[in-house]
Amino acid sequence: MSRTTRVMVQGITGTQGQFHTRAMLDYGTRLVAGVTPGKGGEHVHGVPVFNSVAAAVKKAKANASCIFVPARFAMDAVLEALESPAVKLICVITEHIPVHDAMRMVAVARAKGVRLVGPNCPGVAVPGTGKIGIMPETIFRQGSVGVVSRSGTLTYEIVNALSEAKIGQSTIVGIGGDPVNGTNFLDMLEFFQKDRRTESIVLVGEIGGNAEEAAAAYIKRRVRKPVVAYVAGRVAPPGKTMGHAGAIISGKSGTASSKIEALEAVGVKVADRPGAVPELLP
Amino acid sequence: MNLLEYRGKEIFARYGLRVPRGKVVTSADELDGAPFPAVLKVQIGTGGRGKAGGVKFAETIDEARALVPQLMALTIKGFKVRKVLVAEKLDIAQEVYVGIVLDRLNRCPVLLATAMGGVEVEDVPPNKMFKAALDPLVGLRPYHLRDMSVFLGFPKDIASQIEGIVETLWKIYRELDGTLIEVNPTAITPKGEVYCGDAKVVIDNDALYRHPEFAQEPEDIPPLEARAKAEGIAFVQLDGDIGVIANGAGLTMATLDMLARFGGKPAIFLDLGGTDDPEKVKACFRLMNEARPSKIFLNIFGGITKCDTVALGVTKVIEEENIKIPLVARIKGRNEAEAREILAAAGIEAETSFEKAAEKVVAIKGV
Repeated sequence: MSRTTRVMVQGITGTQGQFHTRAMLDYGTRLVAGVTPGKGGEHVHGVPVFNSVAAAVKKAKANASCIFVPARFAMDAVLEALESPAVKLICVITEHIPVHDAMRMVAVARAKGVRLVGPNCPGVAVPGTGKIGIMPETIFRQGSVGVVSRSGTLTYEIVNALSEAKIGQSTIVGIGGDPVNGTNFLDMLEFFQKDRRTESIVLVGEIGGNAEEAAAAYIKRRVRKPVVAYVAGRVAPPGKTMGHAGAIISGKSGTASSKIEALEAVGVKVADRPGAVPELLP
Repeated sequence: MNLLEYRGKEIFARYGLRVPRGKVVTSADELDGAPFPAVLKVQIGTGGRGKAGGVKFAETIDEARALVPQLMALTIKGFKVRKVLVAEKLDIAQEVYVGIVLDRLNRCPVLLATAMGGVEVEDVPPNKMFKAALDPLVGLRPYHLRDMSVFLGFPKDIASQIEGIVETLWKIYRELDGTLIEVNPTAITPKGEVYCGDAKVVIDNDALYRHPEFAQEPEDIPPLEARAKAEGIAFVQLDGDIGVIANGAGLTMATLDMLARFGGKPAIFLDLGGTDDPEKVKACFRLMNEARPSKIFLNIFGGITKCDTVALGVTKVIEEENIKIPLVARIKGRNEAEAREILAAAGIEAETSFEKAAEKVVAIKGV
């Protein structure tokens, strides 16, 4: 996301779409279009609404999309966005999208080289430049820490703690709490390692899957910038879904202790509580 | 949603897979028509039932009459036995495992197969496990099946039966929005017939709207969790004494961890979600009140969520439901000052520090 990112909101006329369109505009995001089939010609907070992605891309030169479309129709909305070669970034905010739908949309996005973030995520923010999604702008501070997280409010808690400690952020990405996500820790670690505006990295994980273990292996091979982590769910019981569809310990795999061990083994400092993250950064 | 074994086998049979004949009973009176000799298996929503004494053998109906009441009286890992599957006891020459599971990291389904069936799959050494990642846009292809058969090394007749089973499992996985299907054991009889000896089928909760036949399925979970699910609230019962309500799954988990850090034991995980709707807040507190923790910890970080609106809902529901459980609140973020005033007027002191509030709730005396 940069100054040239021109965002359209798919599902702009819904309650969430309208509310967050206002917040994105207020933060300075170049939000140029909305899409709701059948509501073309209307305006939401001054933003023109189109009937299709193709029209929004053609008339308003949109090149990124933020999806608020309800779960049942979300895959269709994402596939429609993916049909437009101009669209290079898609943030899927929608929660409760079926896993099979998520797998298909992610596979198409990857085949086309489009950056898809989410589903079930708070979006992307570049403090001082703009935000796509639902993160609260009040917690941001411009700086050089890249933040990547599987959670929403826990990210806000940690970003807020950073800002209060006068540590600013370069880019904040919520990759989402679902089992299948378009952008994962490895993608973001690769991005932050290359990104000249990022000097250190904060990784916020939680129980379920082995994304943190894979991140640890990747950090060992490829990441030279300091990484601080926090992993939620140390006392979560096995076999229970803890709020996020992806947050579940299956058998022996997906525990917080396995993740913390893997991260510490490659030199990542792991905070024992969200508020300890700022102290551990260099 | 985890389907019980007998439901999984019903689906298998519907798709034409060969499953052992069987009958589901709730008492010894219902055994007529069940096949013997039989294996009797409790039907519960958790694994490890064999080790817990939930699987027995009966040569005759009389033996089964004595065993069924014993099995029905069991509670395994908190799951009360409500049904027993009485299934034809197979003569098994070899056990194979086949499964389709989700590879989260690679964002695709994976076909797994091993000739070391019957055991815990996690214990199978990697070089004994066949694995094929299935591209979601391509699916299962004949070459996957050929590779699998070469790996497993069975004679042609048995290999083609296993290939047929996997093809059907893939169809079920796709059509029913499965997130996991395992057949362990896939049983080969001395005559060379291949049966699906067990059925583990997990259906994606978020796709149930496409599968109304499961949407009404009573799931084997504790009653309060079932009600929470019906109301769309993320709620998990734990074995401590502090009820935790926070907004967002990650923050709620972090709150459990913070309590544990100060020696506290969480009783309830309740994720308020990204809402400040007073009605939702009230529904959450009503549920919490019924779960009877000895104290409650409310942890709100207001980003988009407005703290004062949450506080209004909280004070209202405490008054309406006459909730007597001591409450410690931590309120931070959007409109936190207003929220603190609202809570103070109701006699609740709110902290801003996560650590301090956690320490406080651990220290106070509960009911």
